[in-house]
Amino acid sequence: MATAFRFKRIDASTKPVINWLYEGKSLTAYEGDTVAAALLANGIDYTRTTPVNNSPRAPFCMMGTCFECLMDIDGVPNQQACQIVVAQGMVAMRMQGARNTGSNTGNE
Amino acid sequence: MQTQITIIGGGILGLSIAWGLARAGKDVVVVDEGDQAFRASRGNFGLVWVQGKGHGMHQYAKWTRQSATLWPELSRELEETTGVQLEYSQKGGVDFCLSDTEAEERVNMLNGIRSGLAGDYPFEYLDHSQLKKLIPEIGPTVTGATWTDMDGHVNPLYLLRALYAGFLANGGKVINNQTVSHIEKRQSGFSVSAGITIESEKVVLCAGLGNKSLGPMVGMNVPVMPNRGHIMVCERVAPFMTYPSVQIRQVGEGVVQIGDSKEDVGLNDGTSTNVLANIARRAIKIYPLLAHLRTVRSWAALRVMSPDGFPIYQQSTTHPGAFVVTCHSGITLAAAHALLLSQWIAADVQPNNLESFSGDRFSI
Repeated sequence: MATAFRFKRIDASTKPVINWLYEGKSLTAYEGDTVAAALLANGIDYTRTTPVNNSPRAPFCMMGTCFECLMDIDGVPNQQACQIVVAQGMVAMRMQGARNTGSNTGNE
Repeated sequence: MQTQITIIGGGILGLSIAWGLARAGKDVVVVDEGDQAFRASRGNFGLVWVQGKGHGMHQYAKWTRQSATLWPELSRELEETTGVQLEYSQKGGVDFCLSDTEAEERVNMLNGIRSGLAGDYPFEYLDHSQLKKLIPEIGPTVTGATWTDMDGHVNPLYLLRALYAGFLANGGKVINNQTVSHIEKRQSGFSVSAGITIESEKVVLCAGLGNKSLGPMVGMNVPVMPNRGHIMVCERVAPFMTYPSVQIRQVGEGVVQIGDSKEDVGLNDGTSTNVLANIARRAIKIYPLLAHLRTVRSWAALRVMSPDGFPIYQQSTTHPGAFVVTCHSGITLAAAHALLLSQWIAADVQPNNLESFSGDRFSI
């Protein structure tokens, strides 16, 4: 189920707007939003499927503990979306199951 | 409370024997100390491992092989009767060598075990190019590895869960969060004080490092010592590793588990960054692709070691009916403990070659 009406954003209209992409779709966020917060404010349904049984999952703890919000962010797999601040032009994708061992980590 | 057999220790060792006994129709109570105990069964690596075990004691090599041979039977029965999937696989395993010296020592050691078993000990040494065919992901500086088809691995937590479930389903009882304070000999049998009092015909000490203080209560010296091992766990990745090794394995749900450290640091199960860095460095030499993975957690646990590293299986001479069972390979030996050793305790019939495992070997 989409989360559109479950979260109410506090007024952030004085902050600069960030344009970024989620699953190929253009979204906006306010400066300082984490990827997970920006997605919840936009009403997403799920952000990954688990490697164990492929069930869909979405951000849960929002504090870096539960690892439910793992996403592929700018080509780096298994990133915690609640710990990463949205940047201009960022590309975020759902993690589908387990990552591969050959994937780029972005910090080689 | 009254029962036929009291087992002190609710880890994999105690539960393997308890499950074997309950399945054979015995009345059994297990006393489990709780999380203040050093729980080796919750912290171990999960190998069903034959390779290298029993150097200097061929009976142990034989016993280990026997247990590995019985493992498919144990796994099948536990999975069928409890519905718990053990993530068990026994397709063979490797032990990597990172230098010529290491390779030479390893091969000599395995040849030593082989001659103790009259040649009946299948293993091969694979040099770098042979190993590369088996495991294409190895790094360029890996010298080679020893390989046997006897080795495998299992999820030790699912094993523990299945043993518990199977034990309870066979009428077994578990007393949780109780430390045994005394064991007293009665006219017939024993009285074990653990919050409540349990009267039983027999008592079996399976308390790991706790056996050291429990042993004297039934007239036995149990010289076990802790040896710390670290384990590091990487994020889940798509399956790529077919064969487990002493150093690294990929578990059923995809995480990569690393750990082959050994330290004598007493009763300290804390982690050390230096040790973790060393095991990570070695793991990356073996599988360079691990450098791309994030570690998500690490822990340390204490192995239960006797002075020579081999198990102690003994019935007390001063307190007949009291047994001590201790070893550091409770996963590998789970099948032998459940299916063979339990019979010794049930019927006082000692399986062949078990007399060599008496703790009397340390009192010379």
